[in-house]
Amino acid sequence: MAGPERTASEKADFKRELTEVVPHLRAFARGLCGRPDMADDLVQETLLKAWAAQERFEPGTSMRAWTFVILRNAYLTDMRRNRFRGEYDENVAERLLTQPAGQEEPIHLSDMHRALLTLPPERREALLLVGAGGFSYEEAATICGCAVGTIKSRVGRARAALSAMLQDGSIPQRSIEDDAAHRAILEELDDVAAGRGETSPTR
Amino acid sequence: MHTDGDRRKGDAIDSGDSKKKRDNPGWADGLRQLYDSVVEEPLPDSFKELLSKLDDKS
Repeated sequence: MAGPERTASEKADFKRELTEVVPHLRAFARGLCGRPDMADDLVQETLLKAWAAQERFEPGTSMRAWTFVILRNAYLTDMRRNRFRGEYDENVAERLLTQPAGQEEPIHLSDMHRALLTLPPERREALLLVGAGGFSYEEAATICGCAVGTIKSRVGRARAALSAMLQDGSIPQRSIEDDAAHRAILEELDDVAAGRGETSPTR
Repeated sequence: MHTDGDRRKGDAIDSGDSKKKRDNPGWADGLRQLYDSVVEEPLPDSFKELLSKLDDKS
């Protein structure tokens, strides 16, 4: 199945599936890196990489999961090159407002996004995959190249941190602007990246 | 004492008191909304151009 020669119809299928998954890639990227223009750059980079690696995609498996692995690896690489400084487009998110049922104070999606961006990257991506992208813990673990228990723990911690921030309205300013915090994030990225070798984008 | 994996709290609250549901905080829907709002955005032309260029490459 994974032979280098693909028929025209297999190529067409790949192209169609890749096209269908673009909006999801944009949503995942936006959640990861905040700024829409940077997120879209990341998605474009992902599409080119996915296209170049299409022989490694197993037809019938999840295109969304496969491309998310590519996007995540590109994001980690870019993060380490310092491309994303946690900049955040306040205007876009400010227009969106969510009013959870039974809650007196509406939660601004912008607040939520800002809170999300203060989380360590591996918790942020875990929460995005499970809480927003609708992946199972098992799928998220495959995408991140770690154990299911690790994903559960990361999601749990991310949820707790977000709940605390949103409850007392104490969302930190972009901690990434703070040098110490930024260094800490880069150190954590090393850990995240260390586990990524186990994830080959074939599943 | 930290109990990361301890999610049994949810067992006790099943009496219509959805406000206080710890396992499904009010912002959970917002997270989904945040994601879905991007998914539903019309695709910028730059993506359509990129996707059509891919065909030329193969």
